[in-house]
Amino acid sequence: MARKKRGAGEVNAGSMADIAFLLLIFFLVTTTIASDKGLAIRLPPKQDPNDPPPEVKFNERNIFKVLINSQDKMLVEGEPMDDVGRLKEKVKDFVLNYGQNPELSESPTDAVVSYKTDRGTSYEMYTQVLDELQGAYYEIYASQLGVTAEKIRDINNAEPSMKDRYDELKKEIPMAISIAEPSKAGGN
Amino acid sequence: MSKFKKKTESSQDIPTSALPDIIFMLLFFFMVTTVLRETDLLVMQRIPRAEQLKKMEKKSLVSYIYIGKPKETNRYGSEPRIQVNDVLVEPEGIVQFVNQEKDKLSEGERDQITMALKVDKEAKMGIVSDVQQELRNANALKVLYSTTPEINVQL
Repeated sequence: MARKKRGAGEVNAGSMADIAFLLLIFFLVTTTIASDKGLAIRLPPKQDPNDPPPEVKFNERNIFKVLINSQDKMLVEGEPMDDVGRLKEKVKDFVLNYGQNPELSESPTDAVVSYKTDRGTSYEMYTQVLDELQGAYYEIYASQLGVTAEKIRDINNAEPSMKDRYDELKKEIPMAISIAEPSKAGGN
Repeated sequence: MSKFKKKTESSQDIPTSALPDIIFMLLFFFMVTTVLRETDLLVMQRIPRAEQLKKMEKKSLVSYIYIGKPKETNRYGSEPRIQVNDVLVEPEGIVQFVNQEKDKLSEGERDQITMALKVDKEAKMGIVSDVQQELRNANALKVLYSTTPEINVQL
């Protein structure tokens, strides 16, 4: 009699964890965490064939040229550079020159980074260099606003006052990275 | 002696009744934070890494274009190809794809469509540039090069 009383009213829930584990592992395997992260760029709008291409007058010193050939070798301002990591400092010096060095830009507003690759350049190299170029600008913005570069990249979620200051700054120092159409030397 | 005896009488089991709840919590976390893969990848995807990442806020505005070496090289060749949805296309098919994707969005959001390019790191710039030219033709100017902050494992 006493034994029966003890057994009643208890469901064996010991295997519940196993069932839940099985489900958990199923979802772990079949799903991927959504990762919409990456380098954002904006393509230039398509040119009207009836319009003549706009005439742009650029002073040679205001253009910072980065070229990559089909062997993934980089040429920066006419000089070969092997280390991608050094690019960031060079871009920063170039943009924030304010006319001091006669070989670098006259003002941040005029400064343009021209980035050209070859059709044979690997995508990995392309993104690496683009990453450095964008990183240089983000770091400039960050140091001007006194925040971290992470915050600048996440500016859409920042407080409105910060965003206004950022928009102001972007007029002064526009992120002018011009990505040219690749040359055809390296084939497809 | 009696002191020791008392101790052995008390239960030494760890209470595991809360374990299913903990596991369920984990389960729900993964169910909410993950999405089922919508497309079967026909091309290799080893995403390059980069630091200066921007996050896309609205997932509905993002459409994906995959570029890479086909997995079934005997059927599709070993040259990098473009995949949209579940099929491999030529660059000329991109415009049609963009228009399809734009039709899914409301009138006001169509200009904000972002094309996420998921490109294998061994692909060449030639094919990427062809796709970009087509995107310009289709007037989808916002492009996101999908990259990861850490070295990605091959999917």
